[in-house]
Amino acid sequence: MFVIKCPYCGERDQTEFSCHGESHIARPENPNEVNDKEWGEYLFFRSNPKGIHYERWTHDHGCRQWFNVKRHTVTDKIIQTYTMGESKPEDNNV
Amino acid sequence: MKYSLLNLVRNSFSYHENWQEAWSSPELKKEYDIIIVGGGGHGLGTAYYLAKEFGLKNIAVLEKGWIGGGNTGRNTTIIRSNYLWDESAALYNHAVNLWEGLSSELNYNVMFSQRGLFHLAHTVHDMQEITRRGYSNHLNGIDAEILDKEQVLKKIPYINGDGRYPIMGALLQRRGGTARHDAVAWGYARAAENLGVDIIQNCEVKGINITNGTVTGLETTRGSVKAKKVGLVPAGHSSVLANMAGFHLPINSVPLQALVSEPIKPILDCVIMSNAVHVYVSQSDKGEIVVGAGSDAYNSYSQRGSFDMIEHIMGPLVELFPIFSRLKMLRQWGGIVDVTPDRSPIIGKTPVENLFINCGWGTGGFKATPGSAHTFAETVATGEPSKMAAPFSIDRHYSGALVDEAAAAAVAH
Ligand SMILES: Cc1cc2nc3c(=O)[nH]c(=O)nc-3n(C[C@H](O)[C@H](O)[C@H](O)COP(=O)(O)OP(=O)(O)OC[C@H]3O[C@@H](n4cnc5c(N)ncnc54)[C@H](O)[C@@H]3O)c2cc1C
Ligand SMILES: [Zn+2]
Repeated sequence: MFVIKCPYCGERDQTEFSCHGESHIARPENPNEVNDKEWGEYLFFRSNPKGIHYERWTHDHGCRQWFNVKRHTVTDKIIQTYTMGESKPEDNNV
Repeated sequence: MKYSLLNLVRNSFSYHENWQEAWSSPELKKEYDIIIVGGGGHGLGTAYYLAKEFGLKNIAVLEKGWIGGGNTGRNTTIIRSNYLWDESAALYNHAVNLWEGLSSELNYNVMFSQRGLFHLAHTVHDMQEITRRGYSNHLNGIDAEILDKEQVLKKIPYINGDGRYPIMGALLQRRGGTARHDAVAWGYARAAENLGVDIIQNCEVKGINITNGTVTGLETTRGSVKAKKVGLVPAGHSSVLANMAGFHLPINSVPLQALVSEPIKPILDCVIMSNAVHVYVSQSDKGEIVVGAGSDAYNSYSQRGSFDMIEHIMGPLVELFPIFSRLKMLRQWGGIVDVTPDRSPIIGKTPVENLFINCGWGTGGFKATPGSAHTFAETVATGEPSKMAAPFSIDRHYSGALVDEAAAAAVAH
């Protein structure tokens, strides 16, 4: 079980949060202009790395805010948490 | 050596010390016609059917650890075929048909036990769901009985029908049940080796060699090997293998865990599932109560589930079976399952020529092992998706023709 540092509330138990999958996936600006392949990639295809993963969490039983987590998927170690809208941190300091 | 009563007697004269090994440990050759990556039940079964049904030779199965050490040896062994949609019904029922003859086909006791499987309904919505699914099963020739509360309580007298999760009825598939998971891997391995398949353990695939869009071989921890065709069956590591070949999959890998209790005398002679409260439980032939938990919501390759999931499963289990409250749980473990958006598998071609994939079985692929292996063998042998595999292509995620068992049946297993 993780201890997650909510950027707004500080460290809390994982059971207060839910995970919503990979972050930094941009919705195509003009959905009508992309083809089926591009739209399918956007909707369903994920990087699912064995290594550093950037993901979205919400603090459901706290401030109810969305934020990002940078985590290693083998050790489950949380490397960093940061707010929505901040740009993706580098893949360093594992 | 064939396993038979005669050979059992014969070997007793040498105190059972001269049984031949069930499979050997050959060296990796320089080249194969077909290489299957992943020595779980699906991969070993694929190799077996390629040799048996398609008469193909020069086949190897490469496994990074030991055979059956992945999800095949980590699951709660529930088998059923009462899926909602025609495409899944065909595939999973093909598997049940093969399960019924598997022990004699492989000359290996996989302990397939059709003890019957109950899907409990606790609400009006649950009743509507099982009724709809039961009728759809009837249309697909799959056995399904819709039971009322009284019938459920008669069959399982000590279940708590009036507790926090009152029981209104159940969907019963009598042909469903369990099997011995390790024996499935071992039985396919032994039978495949008898047909000339090389089973190479402790051999991790580290790279996939591709020339002009066609697969030519693999880089492994035991050196390079050439191959005319490659079938990837790596379950939780599907995205890792796909990355080596330069494509992405619509898959997330997440932990799923299970627990067993201390062994007790026979008390539960069927499989019980409740989708609403997410309980699935059966009793192994050793007497342990086998309990499957939920999958974690985050991606992980850690091969262990999170702690709070144990409470999530134990709460409702004890509510349904108050008699289990004093059981001691002995062991807990996790596996990494490859989950697709529609909870249906991916079987077929990849963007790379002669490279095929069979994955995405997620939390519920053990039951499909023989059917999946059989239909994937046909796909690899002919080079085109078999009729049964065709609806499960990667391309359905572009066309939108999902086989949506997740939303439709809300079933984990
Ligand atoms: C706790 C739990 C409970 C479950 N309960 C059920 C259930 O009740 N009923 C049901 O139907 N299903 C259940 N499942 C799902 C089921 O276990 C799987 O869908 C099924 O076993 C997958 O079989 P497989 O042969 O594809 O995968 P695996 O048995 O995982 O085989 C894949 C193999 O590929 C190997 N591999 C990976 N990468 C490489 C590489 N680079 N090189 C070489 N080898 C590699 C792995 O080591 C592994 O042995 C459960 C799963 C879990 C974890
Ligand atoms: Zn917060």
